[in-house]
Amino acid sequence: MKIVVTVKLVPDTTADKRIDPATKRLVRTGETVLNPFDEYAIEAALQLKEKLGAETTVTVVTMAPERGKEVVRKALAMGADDALMLSDPGCEGSDVMGTAYALAGAIAKNGFDLVVCGTQSTDAITGELPGALAEFLGVPGLTYVRKLEIDGTTLRAERETDSGFLKVTTGLPAVVSVTKSINEPRYPSLKGIMGAKKKTIAPLTLAELALEHPIGSGGAKTELVALTDPPARGKGKVVEVSSGAEGAKVIMDFLHAKKLI
Amino acid sequence: MKASPAARRADPLDFLDIGSTLTPDERLVRDTVRAFVAERVLPHIAGWFDEGRFPRELIPELGELGLLGMHLEGYGCTGASAVSYGLACLELEAADSGLRSFVSVQGSLAMYAIYAFGSEEQRQHWLPRMARGAAIGCFGLTEWDFGSDPAGMRTTARRSGSDYILNGSKAWITNGGFADVAIVWARTDPEDGKRSGAIRGFLVPKGSKGFRTNDIGRKLSLRASVTSELVFEDVRLPAEAILPNVTGLRGPLACLSEARYGIVWGALGAARTCYETALEYAKTRIQFEKPIASFQLTQAKLVNMLLELQKGQLVALQLGRMKDAGTLAPEHVSFGKLNNVREALAICREARTILGASGITLEYPIIRHMNNLESVLTYEGTSEIHTLILGEAITGIAAYKA
Repeated sequence: MKIVVTVKLVPDTTADKRIDPATKRLVRTGETVLNPFDEYAIEAALQLKEKLGAETTVTVVTMAPERGKEVVRKALAMGADDALMLSDPGCEGSDVMGTAYALAGAIAKNGFDLVVCGTQSTDAITGELPGALAEFLGVPGLTYVRKLEIDGTTLRAERETDSGFLKVTTGLPAVVSVTKSINEPRYPSLKGIMGAKKKTIAPLTLAELALEHPIGSGGAKTELVALTDPPARGKGKVVEVSSGAEGAKVIMDFLHAKKLI
Repeated sequence: MKASPAARRADPLDFLDIGSTLTPDERLVRDTVRAFVAERVLPHIAGWFDEGRFPRELIPELGELGLLGMHLEGYGCTGASAVSYGLACLELEAADSGLRSFVSVQGSLAMYAIYAFGSEEQRQHWLPRMARGAAIGCFGLTEWDFGSDPAGMRTTARRSGSDYILNGSKAWITNGGFADVAIVWARTDPEDGKRSGAIRGFLVPKGSKGFRTNDIGRKLSLRASVTSELVFEDVRLPAEAILPNVTGLRGPLACLSEARYGIVWGALGAARTCYETALEYAKTRIQFEKPIASFQLTQAKLVNMLLELQKGQLVALQLGRMKDAGTLAPEHVSFGKLNNVREALAICREARTILGASGITLEYPIIRHMNNLESVLTYEGTSEIHTLILGEAITGIAAYKA
């Protein structure tokens, strides 16, 4: 069985993020890391591989400039078998549709039974890629999966919703996105880090994919019209009360009014 | 046009951008150990120190990560570079010197002794399980009366038929109380016409008849680490217990050089934590209506800490590159151990003054690191001995010999 995991390189999650006002794009010159959500996807894929046996392979796919190799290697150090890296200047400026379209091309070329994605990336935070990917690949897409099992060619999953979860099944091939409650991602072992050097990161260009539609900034369907800073947070409300019980009531009323409880 | 470097604000924790000279693998090792420590050690370490307990439950995880004997090749070991090993030591000691001491003793003293001087059978038997953390090792050279001068040791291994009979005791032995195997250095019978016999290494399994350990209590340093006395009373060992491939003090000293190399890096971890803590504290602690970081005296302290921390990093990295190139000599390690531990301890003490009274409680990591480094300053070669090793290296005159 062929499992493919999509990963994204994102700016260091602890660093301050800056948007270039001229290009309206995130400044990506600082240190990049593996999108933390993707670590859950890798872990989910590795756990499936451990259950399904040695004939299952886990391939990591990413669209990133050449220098992102180091970050891809972390996924290999965690235990993925190999990686496909779509590095092409023509990808620059792709919106989520273009990214999904190009990744679908790469994944279809590689072959797959299951694609596992993280819920979202920490930079764009759209959470739209998994759905778009399923659409372009023409297979079922199950998002926000918190539990995942494969039984032959049947996939059983629990999808998180606002009020609970849905138990669903589908056939393979399929695309899933997994939430942070599905597992606890492993640390890459130091032996895994040493071994990752010997694993293949296959380069891929847009020419090799021969996509029908353009991607990159020219093919983007969305346009970023304007950027504004989020409004400054207003001053908190201070309430003077004479007793703890009275204070608790004020807080409860406030939460009720906001429909938070 | 190249962006002006000044436009980027310098990282107070990697001011000279030393991280950029590391290989991707080295960075990944560093980040992995740092993440592990942040999740599994930092939330609990003050408590362990307070209780005087080494967290043995972490050992399998350290093994699974590949930290035990990580710079050794084969036998289930990771086979990492010396620089990677150093970075791991730094991240471990940024949490606590006791944790790094455990890993140093297991990998650089016990496992390295077997790896470098053991028979193939001994390596096959011990190394894979020690790499997993399924067996723990300790290393007995120091005695109550012989620290800097180990050649005077009184522990003996007398021949009895094909066996050896071990008598004596070893002191200040990290991991001693719970180790599955002790690497013990003892003086053998003198050969004909010689006044004293050669020093040889022996593998003494836990539970050997006549072998017992006593943990050393009431420590105010390295409290999250087990320190023990090893006692041998007529412990009978088969000939296969001897480490066949080394004779004389050269053996234990080679092991110590390995472990000291890890300390060169590790001490910087303790110092980094104290510097980082003091820097944060100084920026938020208000006195005379402004953060104490705005006072020139405090800035001078922080800057001196930064200077020594970054210089120490450069020393460690250079020694690591030399070790990976095979050009590192014991006196180079002495240079690193003397400088880096001395400066790390000074940084911790200076950090304590910035935190004032808060610096003496376990709410902050300062006093814990400071007290730990008091041990690190003298174990594995005191500052004085490393000074004399360097003195001999540059003058050709050995000042510590009678």
